[in-house]
Amino acid sequence: MSGIKIILDKCVGCGLCIKACPLSAIELKDMKAVIDLDKCNLCGACIESCTFDAIMIERKVIARDDISSYKGVWVFAEQRDGIIASVAYELLAKARELAKDLNTYVGAVLLGLGISAKAKELIHRGADKVFVVNSPVLEHYIAENYTKAICGLIGRYKPEIILAGATITGRSLVSRIAVNIYAGLTADCTGLDIDKEKKILIQTRPAFGGNIMAQIISPDYRPQMATVRHKVMPEAEADASRKGEIIQESFDENLQDKRIKFLDFIKETTSTVNLSEADIIVSGGRGLGEGKNFALIEELASVLGAAVGSSRASVDAGWIPYSHQVGQTGRTVCPKIYIACGISGQIQHLVGMQSAKIIVAINKDPDAPIFKIADFAIVGDLFKVIPVLTKKFKEILKK
Amino acid sequence: MNIVVCIKQVPDTTEVKINPETNTLIREGVESIINPFDMYAIEEAVRLKENFGGQATVITMGPPQAESALREALSLGIDSVIHLCDRAFAGSDTWATSLILAKAIEKINNCDLVICGKQASDGDTAQVGPGIATHLDLPQATYVRRVDSVHLDTTPKIMVVERLLEEGYEIVELQLPALITVVKEINEPRLPSLRGKMNARKAEITVWGNKDLGLAENQIGLNGSPTQVIKIFTPPSKKGGKTFEGEPQEVANKLFEEIKDIIQY
Repeated sequence: MSGIKIILDKCVGCGLCIKACPLSAIELKDMKAVIDLDKCNLCGACIESCTFDAIMIERKVIARDDISSYKGVWVFAEQRDGIIASVAYELLAKARELAKDLNTYVGAVLLGLGISAKAKELIHRGADKVFVVNSPVLEHYIAENYTKAICGLIGRYKPEIILAGATITGRSLVSRIAVNIYAGLTADCTGLDIDKEKKILIQTRPAFGGNIMAQIISPDYRPQMATVRHKVMPEAEADASRKGEIIQESFDENLQDKRIKFLDFIKETTSTVNLSEADIIVSGGRGLGEGKNFALIEELASVLGAAVGSSRASVDAGWIPYSHQVGQTGRTVCPKIYIACGISGQIQHLVGMQSAKIIVAINKDPDAPIFKIADFAIVGDLFKVIPVLTKKFKEILKK
Repeated sequence: MNIVVCIKQVPDTTEVKINPETNTLIREGVESIINPFDMYAIEEAVRLKENFGGQATVITMGPPQAESALREALSLGIDSVIHLCDRAFAGSDTWATSLILAKAIEKINNCDLVICGKQASDGDTAQVGPGIATHLDLPQATYVRRVDSVHLDTTPKIMVVERLLEEGYEIVELQLPALITVVKEINEPRLPSLRGKMNARKAEITVWGNKDLGLAENQIGLNGSPTQVIKIFTPPSKKGGKTFEGEPQEVANKLFEEIKDIIQY
């Protein structure tokens, strides 16, 4: 059986591994590290920390089919109503970098009905080949049918890497694909690189709400699959002179999973800007005092072209719908600017927004935890500060 | 309507603190809780059972201390619990974890609906729910914010649910058996009853190891996991920001000067 071991001859009892263990599963007994196997989840953080090579994890490598025959970096081009999600263009830019290091091509996978004309856009944004599957069965996203279509393509063309946005659709789709074809999948990556020596994908992702980062590989399985967080990588620029190949594939309609039916899609009208797509978010918390004061937040947001976010407290108080909640039990967002108004900054809120590039916090309590992560901390009364900001931005943005 | 809920015990993140000197997580004395999203999964299972009859079972895979999560589930109205606990499961990534849970659900037998939380608060992958559905070949609906209707008298049995999406929501019809993952909006979890707590304390907890599931050694734990963690590190901490205090007009002006270029760009 595989497992973790301390090599007693090498262990000097320095205790570095104890500090590194995120699960407090190591202690010193008689000047040697001892691992509590009931707590250890074999994450390997201790191995990284040990300067004496005294800890090892044994793992059996299972012989897989020849993985060297897998070529190409693929991007799942998510679309709704024929509009390609911008995260796909971010993935294409990254895919170009990875493909260059691997000396291979960039592929894009486009599924839907009547979407073939969109294939060119993907070529302009960096795809060398676009695999289009056009079928009435694929008109609306149904994970089961999309999985079957993409698994068919993977079997035929054997890509070595597949990237999808870490969106609601992306996550539910590629989780099914990875299990189906027995491939490794890493969720919500914020960094992707190629190990140039081993020619494998190194995937970096936050865990514990961004308090720690992990690097993950799937060296023995193909394709290597990852979902990628929206807005952390720049979009590929469009170049109308780029050339590429469009490959039309058919979908055998007998494969349709009839156990699930799309009935309707209802667009929510409460917010004009979608939180996960937003470059700017203005968020309101308990400090607003009552629901009607959200108007203050909405006004600033509308002047800035921003989305409206909220803390859990405002949702629980019934001031704003749950779909606006940012944080652990709400959405994780990554805008260019996050303006937190009257939000104290409980850890559950911070984990949902701390990857924002710039954080502005307005709060009257100078000890509010939100100030610890804020780039700009405004200690003051939001009822006085926000209207001034709204007015000034209205002037320069001419709204 | 027989329901299986899959839950995970996670550290209570409200209590996760960072050691400012080493910049690492302080985990000593951190309490373990049921993953917050799984509380909504448990509540939904209890409500569906109350409305439509049947049994609600909770399963978890985890070390011996995860037993307390199962007792809490019992106190909330769950009928029975199973603890999947075996050293051979340790080191499982989402592929292997979803296989182990799927195999246990298969062994429980006669399940109409599997409910999972949207994702766990420690790993944040949202991959295990769809993974289980795939291993069991069940139709799935993720991010469910509402169960609109359940029809148990039709052949096949069906349910209609609303899925929360980035820009709205979608309504889908699923044939049972099926798997759903739920978001917070779906319900408001109840508090444990006194009687529930008493029963939970006394209850026998069934423990299954891999000898009960009979999975091949190369499909579980580290050997069955395609992904490997090669490095864990703490992200560089944010440098101290600028603080503005004073007259509202004045601080608003200062802030405006700082961010106007970024906003206009």
